[in-house]
Amino acid sequence: MARVVVTVPDRARRGEILQIRTLAGHDMETGFRHTQTGERIPRDIITRFACSYNGVEVFSADLHPAMAANPLIEFTTVATESGTLEFRWTGDNGYSAAHSVSIRVD
Amino acid sequence: MSARVLPWCLLLALAWGARAEIPLAERRSGYLDMGQATRAMQDDDATNPATLWVLDGEALWARKAGSAALACADCHQDLRGVAARHPAYDAATGRLVNLEQRINQCRTVRQQAPALAYESRALLALTAYVGRQSRGMPIQVEASERTKPFLEAGRATFLRRQGQLNLACTQCHDERAGRRLAGVAIPQGHPTAYPIYRLEWQGVGSLHRRLRNCMIGIRAEPYALGAPEYVELELYLMWRARDMPLESPGVRP
Repeated sequence: MARVVVTVPDRARRGEILQIRTLAGHDMETGFRHTQTGERIPRDIITRFACSYNGVEVFSADLHPAMAANPLIEFTTVATESGTLEFRWTGDNGYSAAHSVSIRVD
Repeated sequence: MSARVLPWCLLLALAWGARAEIPLAERRSGYLDMGQATRAMQDDDATNPATLWVLDGEALWARKAGSAALACADCHQDLRGVAARHPAYDAATGRLVNLEQRINQCRTVRQQAPALAYESRALLALTAYVGRQSRGMPIQVEASERTKPFLEAGRATFLRRQGQLNLACTQCHDERAGRRLAGVAIPQGHPTAYPIYRLEWQGVGSLHRRLRNCMIGIRAEPYALGAPEYVELELYLMWRARDMPLESPGVRP
């Protein structure tokens, strides 16, 4: 259900800057909208995104209402060693998505 | 009307008719009117949010459905160019069907599964998946004797003034294309990228949803999604965009 698209180069040279792009499928319902009958639509958003590199958190972001649906998060990190990059999104109503990518650093 | 005025009116009508259609070489996709960032978003599958729908469509394509327990992938292998040929004439029913309706036809007849609702996530996902495989291919809908009545009906809808604002599609998208409406560039209205991820919608939508948008804009009563009138108009729009490359699924502001 929770679909994500992550783009990371699969190999890099030590010290190189890695360009990482993540796209998570989510409606990001703000909680400020109302239905036609006047009932408020409850908030349902991703609240946190984090990326760890071999267990060390290298990037994280708190997400808030009024951020676009299907948030695209683009960031960089330095390639230090071969291993795995783990991505985790968590949010309202128990939303959770995870993805991991392995990278070879020469 | 006096005898002196009548010829002038006829001449004006002829001149209007002559400049109504955009010359083939001067057609431009709405893509070219977008900002650099939005174009880059469409060009890269890693940033194009419609990729999420394409991946959903890919999963649905391989999943068995209905009492026939068939997956789309069991019958269809090569889908290149399919999206560029629709709407197409369906000889079995004698009707014009667009891509969404063709998918549903396969579902009900071959898979024996209930049809997917128009504009549902599943149908949009399958349409985006099929559309993706025709990306870059020239639009080539059939313009022959058997599709002529549909094409003419679509053209008539395009030229007909409608709604409380009494506007025809052609007045904005032929005559005033490239000019501005409330600060926004008026596109020529070529359906080259459907289904699209529209930033305003925060999601993927079909051409019929976009047509409904325009109908409401001119304060006309919109047709139901998937209505024959929209499919005819879709055929005319695709014919009008013939040989332009398909961008499906595109991103639009």
